[in-house]
Amino acid sequence: MYRIIHKEILSESVKLFIVEAPVVARKARAGQFVIVRNDEYGERIPLTIADYDSEAGTITLIFQEVGKSTMQMGTFEVGDSYENIAGPLGHATEIENYGKVVMVGGGVGIAPIFPITRALKQAGNQVISIIGARSKELLFWEGRMQEYSDELIVCTDDGSAGRKALVTEPLKEVLEANRDAAKVWAIGPAIMMKFTCLTTKPFNVPTIVSLNTVMVDGTGMCGGCRVAMEGGARFVCVDGPEFDGHIVDWDILLERMSFYRSEEQLATKQWLDHQCKLDKAAEAAE
Amino acid sequence: MPQKKINPTRTPMPEQPAKERIRNFNEVTHGYSEEMAVNEAIRCLQCARPTCIQGCPVNIDIPRFLAHVANQEFQDAIDVIKKTNCLPAITGRVCPQENQCEGVCVLAKKYEPVAIGRVERFVADWEAEHGKPAAVNPAKPSGKKAAVIGAGPAGLTAAADLAKKGHQVTVFEALHKAGGVLSYGIPDFRLPTDVVRREVDYVTSLGVEIKKDFVVGMAATIDELLEEYDAIFIGTGAGLPWFLGLPGENLGGVYSANEYLTRSNLMKAYLFPKYDTPIAIGERVITIGGGNTAMDAARTALRLGARDSIIVYRRSKAEMPARAEEVEHAGQEGVQFHFLTSPVAYHGQKGRVQSLECIKNELGEPDASGRRRPVPVEGSNFQIEADVIIVAIGQSPSPIIAKTTQIDTGKGGILLVDKETMKTSKKGVFAGGDIITGGATVILAMGQAKIAAAAMDEYLRTGIWEKAEEADTESA
Repeated sequence: MYRIIHKEILSESVKLFIVEAPVVARKARAGQFVIVRNDEYGERIPLTIADYDSEAGTITLIFQEVGKSTMQMGTFEVGDSYENIAGPLGHATEIENYGKVVMVGGGVGIAPIFPITRALKQAGNQVISIIGARSKELLFWEGRMQEYSDELIVCTDDGSAGRKALVTEPLKEVLEANRDAAKVWAIGPAIMMKFTCLTTKPFNVPTIVSLNTVMVDGTGMCGGCRVAMEGGARFVCVDGPEFDGHIVDWDILLERMSFYRSEEQLATKQWLDHQCKLDKAAEAAE
Repeated sequence: MPQKKINPTRTPMPEQPAKERIRNFNEVTHGYSEEMAVNEAIRCLQCARPTCIQGCPVNIDIPRFLAHVANQEFQDAIDVIKKTNCLPAITGRVCPQENQCEGVCVLAKKYEPVAIGRVERFVADWEAEHGKPAAVNPAKPSGKKAAVIGAGPAGLTAAADLAKKGHQVTVFEALHKAGGVLSYGIPDFRLPTDVVRREVDYVTSLGVEIKKDFVVGMAATIDELLEEYDAIFIGTGAGLPWFLGLPGENLGGVYSANEYLTRSNLMKAYLFPKYDTPIAIGERVITIGGGNTAMDAARTALRLGARDSIIVYRRSKAEMPARAEEVEHAGQEGVQFHFLTSPVAYHGQKGRVQSLECIKNELGEPDASGRRRPVPVEGSNFQIEADVIIVAIGQSPSPIIAKTTQIDTGKGGILLVDKETMKTSKKGVFAGGDIITGGATVILAMGQAKIAAAAMDEYLRTGIWEKAEEADTESA
């Protein structure tokens, strides 16, 4: 079993677990992911490995509660276990000294951008980071990002923390002021990554995105995670999860990601109704 | 044997009526009763030179087990089978017997062949219900450790054989459940989950350890495993699904058969939302392909609630590679067949597929497979409406292992082996099943695994590995 030994609430809907998964921890590297399953009824969900400690045999998982499975995960406490964790999966980020790099993390994407930022900084890069979220409550890890960035720009959609802007605004300014930027990494909601790529395209700066599509097995068996891009469809699980964002067909990706929306809404509603009944039963018992 | 009057026809298999069974995932066939099994077994001529044994990829002593069944000695019958086949409840259900043992049965020249598969299944199910607990004959521990990659038919067979020889065996399985294609691919209505679990339990009862959630190549490479294990068997199957590469293939609602079947079988999406994994329930579902996987997908679609389930196959009925019984069952259940039809493009709106554009074919000269080649008829394009389209045109081996270790591969990424021993180009590493063929049957995979296990046993005992240069590295 994969026991949770630490839980942190990072923001309103974003939670962090440190989980015992020695097999994964031994080989994990920045940029890779795991497939987790909550319980015997659970679906297989890809989650980025936000951090790892090979000696302690633990990995750090961060997730945003967006539907039934992640809401259920959010109710797990220290001592609870995941039914399954398989990994590490996918290719690791290619870490080297590129010179000057720009890191863009949006919402829960701040979690996976952090270990890459740290690794790039440790490899000698000059790092400019931009992190953003809808509001202050959804931001986290400004301190950790600051520690490994030469410059950190924080922004929120509503201006409740940092600059009132989408990440693409400061990104454009940064690229205008830093024509020598060698590479951009962008991780966050698909729509954010799409517009980040549109922003970086005129500057002709290679932009790496980490895709988090629907998956089942995570080992190249189902093809459900396939993404259309120049040169044909690729599988996120075995060809990715990082890709050159400038060749991804974002519109097809966004459409594929919303394919199960009605099923997700149904499962979420059932879960919330169930939780509501549990709460009432607990109240009645008191 | 005294002269006897042979019943020219096989004992019919009791099954759920088609109208009923398309509303559930329960097994289609109920299996023989004791009386039926005996009646079928006495049809065997007990040939002095039986052809059926050679027709069986794992060489079961078929006349002998049938003779035991005819005498109602069911325990003896299963003991005969289990000498060479550790998964009889599975092979009795999914083997293409018409091309193997039953195809070469002497009776088939005049009458219907003995229904060997059905009797095999009866005996295996009888054992599960009445038999003595699996006899674990504790071989003297060899002190050697073997790793088996993949808990599918090949891996389970190799693991069982190696354990019986006294080796300590660990199976590494990438998924959360053992069984490989038996768990993720073949639907419950053809091979119930309980049957697979029973056979996996038998293998673990021999002392085999199964480590799940372990993706070899990622969590540990073959080279790393070789530091801990004395020999390795790779049975990772053919998991990489093929797509047609046609316009519109990335529309929502277009699935690989692997994904569609994995969602339904392994993840139990047919019980959504009790189980978390969703699946698109199409009104009109098209499955592209003519193999067993295509039949499984098309029949799954009906059970999920599709009004129409349509098979599109580029050749004619005669060239279909699916098991005869599956094609027949699919037809009974109302699956519609469009033969001599090839897909050209997928069409849809707002990210969802709405139709499949096809072209009609004529049969031309035989191709490399010996089957007549389909030739498109120009201008014959037409559309078939569908909201779910399943691509079941085949698959190739998962590349993860070959990419993460130095090992010789052939066409389509198969591992190259010496067919006599199943040795790969890497010392101490053997392979069998779909990883060396690119996609065949459960029983062929098991046969190769048995050859490999025997050679592995010898290697583990002697430590002698002939030079790779001498190995015949022709693909199987």
